[in-house]
Amino acid sequence: MKEKIISLNKLAIGSSGLVKQLTAQGNIRRRLLDLGITKDTIIESLRKSPKGDPIAFQIRSAVIALRSEESSKILVQWIE
Amino acid sequence: MGLTNQSTGIGIIDRMIEIKSTSPEDFIIALAGNPNTGKSTVFNSLTGLKQHTGNWPGKTVTNAQGRYSYRERNYTLVDLPGTYSILANSVEEQIARDFICFGNPQVTIVVMDATCLERNLNLALQILEITDRVVLCVNLMDEARRKNISINLNKLSEILGVPVVGTSARNGEGLDNLKNAVEKVALGKIKPNPNSIAYNDKVQGGIEELTPYINSKIGDRIDNSWLALRLIDRDNSLLESISNFLKLDLMQNRVISEKLLDIWERLSRDGYTEETLRDNIVTSLIKESEIISKSVVTNIKNQKNLDYKIDNILTSKTFGFPIMIALLGIIFWITIVGANYPSEMLAKGFFWIEEQLLVLFSYLKTPPWIHEILVLGMYRTLAWVVSVMLPPMAIFFPIFTLLEDLGYLPRIAFNLDYYFKKACTHGKQALTMCMGFGCNAAGVIACRIIDSPRERLIGIITNNFVPCNGRFPILIAMAGMFIAGFAGIFGAFAATLSILVAIVLGIFITLIISRILSKTILKGLPSTFTLELPPYRKPQIGRIIIRSIFDRTLFVLGRAVVVAAPAGAVIWIMGNINLGGISLLVHCARFFDPFARLIGLDGYIFMAFILGLPANEIVIPILIMSYMSKGSMLELSSLNEMKELFINNGWTWMTAVCTMIFTLNHWPCATTLLTIRKETQSWKWTWISFIVPTITGIIICFIVAQTARILGIV
Ligand SMILES: Nc1nc2c(ncn2[C@@H]2O[C@H](COP(=O)(O)OP(=O)(O)OP(=O)(O)O)[C@@H](O)[C@H]2O)c(=O)[nH]1
Ligand SMILES: [Mg+2]
Repeated sequence: MKEKIISLNKLAIGSSGLVKQLTAQGNIRRRLLDLGITKDTIIESLRKSPKGDPIAFQIRSAVIALRSEESSKILVQWIE
Repeated sequence: MGLTNQSTGIGIIDRMIEIKSTSPEDFIIALAGNPNTGKSTVFNSLTGLKQHTGNWPGKTVTNAQGRYSYRERNYTLVDLPGTYSILANSVEEQIARDFICFGNPQVTIVVMDATCLERNLNLALQILEITDRVVLCVNLMDEARRKNISINLNKLSEILGVPVVGTSARNGEGLDNLKNAVEKVALGKIKPNPNSIAYNDKVQGGIEELTPYINSKIGDRIDNSWLALRLIDRDNSLLESISNFLKLDLMQNRVISEKLLDIWERLSRDGYTEETLRDNIVTSLIKESEIISKSVVTNIKNQKNLDYKIDNILTSKTFGFPIMIALLGIIFWITIVGANYPSEMLAKGFFWIEEQLLVLFSYLKTPPWIHEILVLGMYRTLAWVVSVMLPPMAIFFPIFTLLEDLGYLPRIAFNLDYYFKKACTHGKQALTMCMGFGCNAAGVIACRIIDSPRERLIGIITNNFVPCNGRFPILIAMAGMFIAGFAGIFGAFAATLSILVAIVLGIFITLIISRILSKTILKGLPSTFTLELPPYRKPQIGRIIIRSIFDRTLFVLGRAVVVAAPAGAVIWIMGNINLGGISLLVHCARFFDPFARLIGLDGYIFMAFILGLPANEIVIPILIMSYMSKGSMLELSSLNEMKELFINNGWTWMTAVCTMIFTLNHWPCATTLLTIRKETQSWKWTWISFIVPTITGIIICFIVAQTARILGIV
């Protein structure tokens, strides 16, 4: 389990993941990087919106909502 | 997909910020920073101006300018759009970058959020690469203290080599230090000496190789190593700006372009693709921010805070939507109940004055048509505008602004985004709709927060489905007269409910039309969506109430005078010019009548909407004036009689419902149309924004009216 890499939108609410890889390309990738989502960043999944998508994440002390289109392109390792 | 700026007609707005009205001795100061860090608040406290602030990222999209003086020197301050980066992924970022690069500000203040320093440092470092004349303003220090975050500002200043000032702009804390630091940098008394970012050796080598050639071409106008880096990173938008502002095409230079090809080739041999190279560059900045932040911020591990718990409720599956609707309902209810009494008082006051005016005119022995056109035409229309429209506006707007200041609007966007995604549009459209509640023109401008031209256009075209402050009181008046009346003691409740239904209908229509547009003339897939949810903040209640009432009151009164008075005169004249024994007004109304009846209205109502093009505030007053000049009732001195007047003219509940629907769905007012023209730079899209809501309104009213008739329920 510890070693398992999953996409960020699959991360259970309330748990954290360590960013391993960004599979997004081009503009989306740029945007995600700008928000500080780089390799080895810790991201916590905070809550889903009422319809389940988007999901709010804690990223470097800011709360940021991402649609599954974006969050599925962030691969993380589950840490706690 | 495949819509470009060109094909949609959205050009880059305000390509370069122009500095207005300054003397050459003025220092020009740019105000940059991440969204929602308090730039506009800093701007306001320094300049004493009233730039709008709000607790959501993207509040400011226009570039405000203002002046202040400090120790006998004048400074012109430019409030730049808030951005996470200035590597130019969007128009806003390009505007900010171009101003810092080519607008020659003497000092750039970077406003940072003390509670989120690490992320903010990324932008600060990017700006420091362009210019060293920077002052860092670490704002929101009060909030950081409350969250037990402490920042070693001296150390930060030492590391970065530029002055750092801690502020709490809202309470005015630290602003004197800020002005002082800005003065020192502007006068060159402090020479900032920022360290440069350590890129990896390969990139660094390329930069050093390229720099001398760039220097021979550009001189010291732009930081050479930064420019070299941007060239290596294939930053075409910067090249474009350079050729725009400096009239130089760097790639035409053989030596530079050959060197560049050479560098790229070496990098690719070392395994760097365009993408990984860019990653590497961006990551270097972020890593640097992380290191700096670690060494200056002490954060006593905070447990899940109150915001977290509030959000768990406000955006939860169970309560998210009910609370949203309940909050809106409460606001409408307060507005409906609260507006009643002042409306009545205003009406009484105005009609007392009207009597006095008539006495005055008869004393002056002016010819009757003069006092009729002045008093019965212009003055009365004006009086109706103020007494019917002003109280609901003056109540609704401040309460809504309170929600904005609290930070609730981004939560609305978060809750609703799912549906916007289904409609193939951007979730931030919900924010622009919220701005539309105040004024659709403001809503249209707010669409600049949406980067993708396709989604921005959809936001612009559909903004009119949200009733603005000028149309909202029409809904209230209709609901108050025709729906509350049937519900007895539950009157206010029923009226609130019907307005809620109208608003929800508006949102629903917005989504449907957005989806239709996405599938037809504005084909495409949703673009990237990232939305920051800022912490809740205590609203500045006093300030909000005073500001929004005064700004609004003056605005509405101004518009009323400008638009309502002449409109009243026109109506009076039309009602008094007879052709073939019938007044011009009746002729016109009869002309529209057959069509208007098909959609549940009558000729007068339709005409009132047409004459209301300059401002929706005057629709009801025009309607009242038209009915009165028709002669069915000569005196109208209270709001209760208004209902009677309407009923005498054949109104039923269905007329009221169709009027409400048509209020929600018809052409935008002239101000909004002109704003759309300005924002899209295209008459075509302005025309589409005119026709789409109009057709929607006609279709829905037709269906409602005909169904009601067929079912025989009117
Ligand atoms: N507690 C506290 N709140 C502040 C301070 N400065 C600004 N705010 C609040 O922070 C929110 C954002 O402020 P703005 O001035 O609108 O931020 P901005 O940087 O102009 O934001 P954009 O225009 O969206 O980029 C508002 O609700 C302000 O009232 C401060 O020093 N302390
Ligand atoms: Mg602002």
